[in-house]
Amino acid sequence: MYICELKNISKRFHTINNETKAIEDLSFKVKKGEIVSIVGPSGSGKSTVLALIAGLEKPSGGELIVNTDSIGFMFQKDQLYEWRNVYKNCLLGLEVKKMDSQENKEKVLGMLDRYGLTNFKNHYPSQLSGGMRQRAALVRTLAIEPDLLLLDEPFSALDYQTRLAIGDEVGTILRNEKISTILVTHDIPEAVSISDRVIVFTERPAKIKKEYEIKFDECPGERTPMKCRNTLAFGEYFRNIWRDLDGKEKETIETRYF
Amino acid sequence: MEKKKKQSKQGISKEQQQYLQSIKREKIFIRITQVLLFLLAIVSWEAAARHNIIDTFLTSSPGAIFELIIGFIKDGSLFKHLYVSTTETVVGFLVGTIVGLLAAVVLWWFEKLARIMDPYMVILNSLPKTALAPIIILWAGMGFSGIVVTAASISVVVTTMTLYTGFVNVEKDKIILLRTLGGNKFQVLKKVIIPANLPNIMSVIKVNIGLSWIGVIVGEFLVSKAGIGYLILYGSQTFKLDLVMMGVFVLGIVAALMYFLAAWLEKKVIKY
Repeated sequence: MYICELKNISKRFHTINNETKAIEDLSFKVKKGEIVSIVGPSGSGKSTVLALIAGLEKPSGGELIVNTDSIGFMFQKDQLYEWRNVYKNCLLGLEVKKMDSQENKEKVLGMLDRYGLTNFKNHYPSQLSGGMRQRAALVRTLAIEPDLLLLDEPFSALDYQTRLAIGDEVGTILRNEKISTILVTHDIPEAVSISDRVIVFTERPAKIKKEYEIKFDECPGERTPMKCRNTLAFGEYFRNIWRDLDGKEKETIETRYF
Repeated sequence: MEKKKKQSKQGISKEQQQYLQSIKREKIFIRITQVLLFLLAIVSWEAAARHNIIDTFLTSSPGAIFELIIGFIKDGSLFKHLYVSTTETVVGFLVGTIVGLLAAVVLWWFEKLARIMDPYMVILNSLPKTALAPIIILWAGMGFSGIVVTAASISVVVTTMTLYTGFVNVEKDKIILLRTLGGNKFQVLKKVIIPANLPNIMSVIKVNIGLSWIGVIVGEFLVSKAGIGYLILYGSQTFKLDLVMMGVFVLGIVAALMYFLAAWLEKKVIKY
């Protein structure tokens, strides 16, 4: 039922000069197939949560249950290996996991085709645009068929237009393929348009300030991020989350502008 | 994207044509000037020698050097000396580069060892290795092996330091990516560290060819019965400047050939 559960997780980082509490008493769960976004102030430990779930860091306290060992991780930068061409980059995960069978390789070729990269599969990353690079990174991530996808501000290095387009594409793909996802982002509209649930973090040490179930009743047919952006509910979610992050309960966004 | 490609193949605009031509013209101009400069130097050297403007006892002359080379080629001794020196250089280069690469891998693998070794590496690196040549030759043998070890010793430490620095500076997230995919340390080495450092390795190779030649010539100056270094030293001791100049000339050609071979290899290996 749950792909990932955090129970009273805390994390401290140690340096010679001091100790930093990144996370304190943090609990939440992610359902299978659910898309959850985490938004919060800079340096509030959002990325640390992903590092913990991915097993790159050990929690200092609490219980962390991850019900899969197949995790995909996408970074702010695409981290394509510049010495491999696009196709070889996409095979990286399969190679490491020793799953690079002919069948899986053909699946990757199919994905490259679906995401409009077939003509560029023999190109090196330096020859691609930012949007194409991020799409190639997505194929590399999805090639291992992860049960849980961790996205650490994956679109923030892109220019605004590409960012909207890629965000829309990726959001739609995640929803269609029912991939459990945790997305860390600064971008409130991105979080609202893509997710089923948005978790708002406090300043460090990170705790949950608020949680929003995101539902778009007025959105007919297939739910895509772009359609969501055009609804009334979208603006409402945005204002509420903005207010949470801004931290000033009374002074709303309206009073600032008028 | 594809449309653009087609366009450029079908009809090139006049401006583009002119632009391409001007680039080509400049390339030809530079090449011709380079050749002329060489010919000018040779001709004026020869002319000055013939008109006794310079003392050929000290400077030799292109004609005399050329004659000497022909003689050495005819009796086959040039190839014997070349073969000796080139073999020493290639073996010394391979030993220095491979040992240096392996040492860099070991230091990368055991981070604590790297920290312990750090001051020693710095001292070894700043020490002029040719100062060690007499000791090395006593230890490793008064001949081929001594010369090879001298050649290797010059490149090995700087190879280790350069490559280790390159290994450590690979972007952290590239390594984290492989680890999130389930990669172990050996896979990180094989799939990230080494390929990310291929450009580094190739430039180290180019530098090491030159360094190995230095080691071989120094080694041959100290102990040898054959080789380019031997010819140069013998020539200078017997005041046969023709022989010295010939040695330097041949050395320059062979070293340049090896460098171009490495540059060609670099192009083959690094395609991105």
